[in-house]
Amino acid sequence: MIAEEKHITGYSVYVWVLIFLMSMTCLTITVTWLHLSALTVLIAMIIAVIKGASVITWFMHLKFESSLFKVLVVVVLTVYALVIGLTFFDYLYR
Amino acid sequence: MDHTLEERDDVAARLGMWVFIFTEILLFGGLFLVYAVMRFRYSEDFHHAALQLNTLIGAINTIVLLISSMTVAMSITAVQKKNNRLAMVLLLITLVCAGIFLVNKYFEWGHKIHLHLYPGSDLMITLKHGYILFFSLYFFMTGLHLLHLVIGAVILTIALIKLKMGIINDEHYVLLENGGLYWHLVDLIWIFLFPLLYLIT
Repeated sequence: MIAEEKHITGYSVYVWVLIFLMSMTCLTITVTWLHLSALTVLIAMIIAVIKGASVITWFMHLKFESSLFKVLVVVVLTVYALVIGLTFFDYLYR
Repeated sequence: MDHTLEERDDVAARLGMWVFIFTEILLFGGLFLVYAVMRFRYSEDFHHAALQLNTLIGAINTIVLLISSMTVAMSITAVQKKNNRLAMVLLLITLVCAGIFLVNKYFEWGHKIHLHLYPGSDLMITLKHGYILFFSLYFFMTGLHLLHLVIGAVILTIALIKLKMGIINDEHYVLLENGGLYWHLVDLIWIFLFPLLYLIT
């Protein structure tokens, strides 16, 4: 096995990601106070997806893994989204 | 470092954890789907039932988990930089955050149980169908998440012990990486649970 080239992520990167995640959390809470009903859920979910993507990319180190990992994550999440979407769609029109 | 003589493959180990994480995502995903469908069907009841939840505790728990995710990621950097001591401190902070989450949950659930708002209670049976569904989903989803949090904390405690013993060091740290990945999954699930359960008013 060839030597692995470790990428060491600096501490400051993690701090910046945390600051970003915290501000996104504050944003979500603020949006719910605006009482936009159906739109609130959509915006909250979009922000949650952005937060999740940040955790996966930096905290879970996916950005620095080989393409195999990146492809797998995208494929699995797409399949999952389709399962949710299609099942929900089916339920909607029963 | 050349590890051809050792029988280990760190990339495969991480890949294995990722595959396991995919199965966990599908597990919680199924629950989120049930929630989405029931919420669509009983939107009024879900809206009113959610008012019973304590958004402040939920928000504090979110922030606590986010911080713990950062510290566990930082602990891996510390090990890579041969700073085992810092790695142990960071892991300890992560475990303290887990403890804070547990304590918060204890008060949160305790309050609900005190109000007889739990699945199968004498009060719950008399409530509307939508209310029963919401609280069943609330307790089951946060409960399953809590179970994963405890499992993650156990794994990280084992990692902490192995760090102290020097078994985990800058050349052998895949256990810490995998423990960290599992912990981030716990954080990820909560990132979606919090808005869906607490902020749908």
